[in-house]
Amino acid sequence: MSDTPNDRKYADSHEWALLEADGNIRVGITDHAQELLGDLVFVELPEVGQELNKGDECSVVESVKAASDIYSPVTGEIVAVNEELDDTPEAINTSPYADGWIFVIKPTETSELDDLLDADGYINLTEDE
Amino acid sequence: MTKKTILNSAHRELNARMVDFGGWDMPVNYGSQIDEHHFVRQSVGMFDVSHMTVVDVNGAQAKAYLQTLLANDVAKLTRQGKALYSCMLNEDAGIIDDLIVYFLDEQNYRLVVNASTRDKDIAWLEKQAEGFNVDINEKPTLAMIAVQGPKARQKVCPLLPDRLGLSAAEIKPFSACWHGEWFVGRTGYTGEDGFEIMLPEDKAEGFWKQLLEVGVKPCGLGARDTLRLEAGMNLYGQDMDETKNPLESGLAWTIAWEPASRDFVGKAALQAIKEKASSDKFVGLLLEEKGVLRGHQKVVLEDGARGEITSGGYSPTMERSIALARVPANIGETCKIDIRGKLKNATVVKPCFVRQGAIQIKI
Repeated sequence: MSDTPNDRKYADSHEWALLEADGNIRVGITDHAQELLGDLVFVELPEVGQELNKGDECSVVESVKAASDIYSPVTGEIVAVNEELDDTPEAINTSPYADGWIFVIKPTETSELDDLLDADGYINLTEDE
Repeated sequence: MTKKTILNSAHRELNARMVDFGGWDMPVNYGSQIDEHHFVRQSVGMFDVSHMTVVDVNGAQAKAYLQTLLANDVAKLTRQGKALYSCMLNEDAGIIDDLIVYFLDEQNYRLVVNASTRDKDIAWLEKQAEGFNVDINEKPTLAMIAVQGPKARQKVCPLLPDRLGLSAAEIKPFSACWHGEWFVGRTGYTGEDGFEIMLPEDKAEGFWKQLLEVGVKPCGLGARDTLRLEAGMNLYGQDMDETKNPLESGLAWTIAWEPASRDFVGKAALQAIKEKASSDKFVGLLLEEKGVLRGHQKVVLEDGARGEITSGGYSPTMERSIALARVPANIGETCKIDIRGKLKNATVVKPCFVRQGAIQIKI
């Protein structure tokens, strides 16, 4: 059974978005998504300073099976990327909600988070798949 | 309706992640595909390949029939149990399927063909049998388990019934032995030593569990694919199909042109293609940058000409991305690959990356 913590919001494209104390939003992919993808072998990270609209493709995660696009859950500017993933992409498999984070975005409108699913909504979505 | 092998519930007991594979409900992994891959290279793993199609060719003209049907020549098979890899071509030299044929005796051969091509293969085998004194007998009630890796033989032989274990310990690579309905070929699709074991369906689950008990790791189709890619073995439907001939699929070595007096289906067309000498080439690629090569990505040569990756992926043994590709024959030692619009550097290599646990190319 996949893990879906209550402290964050979820996009139907399987990213999680966690609002941090400084107002920035940390983004990664869900436990359910990493299970579907299988062993991760490569992550193409976005660039710090890159400006994104909500829903823009900004990163690619590649597993042994397939490549999968990562979409920005909110509009804003990338302020950090997880360079550790260059050498240890498998952190997304072993720790999708902590060590396996992909980027941090400074949102233009924090309220865009309200458009995302909560944990229960995301669980319902994945059960319907 | 998805088809299930006799081992389906055994896979589910092991919490396998199941996928639809050509109409079959098959395990893609039992956890980590990469762990399964390494286990086969370093120790021993097993794969349920019961979905594959086993067909016996029996009759007074079995040999003559197969000499006409196949691009490789079964006359090369003189020792009982010896196996041969061959393409089965259509009249235009397109590949209908690739298969293994085992020589039982002059009147009895066993073919193992792909699962995804079963229907068209059987239809073709029967059509080509017209005029020959042969019977085409599919064996749908045989299960098949591939046990692969350096420890495969030591784990399997003691578990085989009766004296089959003694025979199996003796057979040479690419040969088989059998006893009753049990049939053991020292063949595989991983580049490692091992066996492919056909056995009665009602014995399959018991045998699978015995293998588990002695430490043979269950492996899914995911590891099977990365292992065969590292071994440089073609996958039907990806690396070749009916629109491609063996010469442009890295399979020229499987064509038996001699004796010239032997005619086989597709020979005339293949001869004409060979004489034109404009055929594309089949190569291996090693990505020199980060990223993952995938099927259908474009290969860009120095002169701007294009080829295409037919199978690509991540090599767990080399920790690099590798691929098989069909490219113009003038390709040099390096090329570029278009990965999502970015051109990345790759080296052109012989398409055999890893064999018997050892990396075969310079990285």
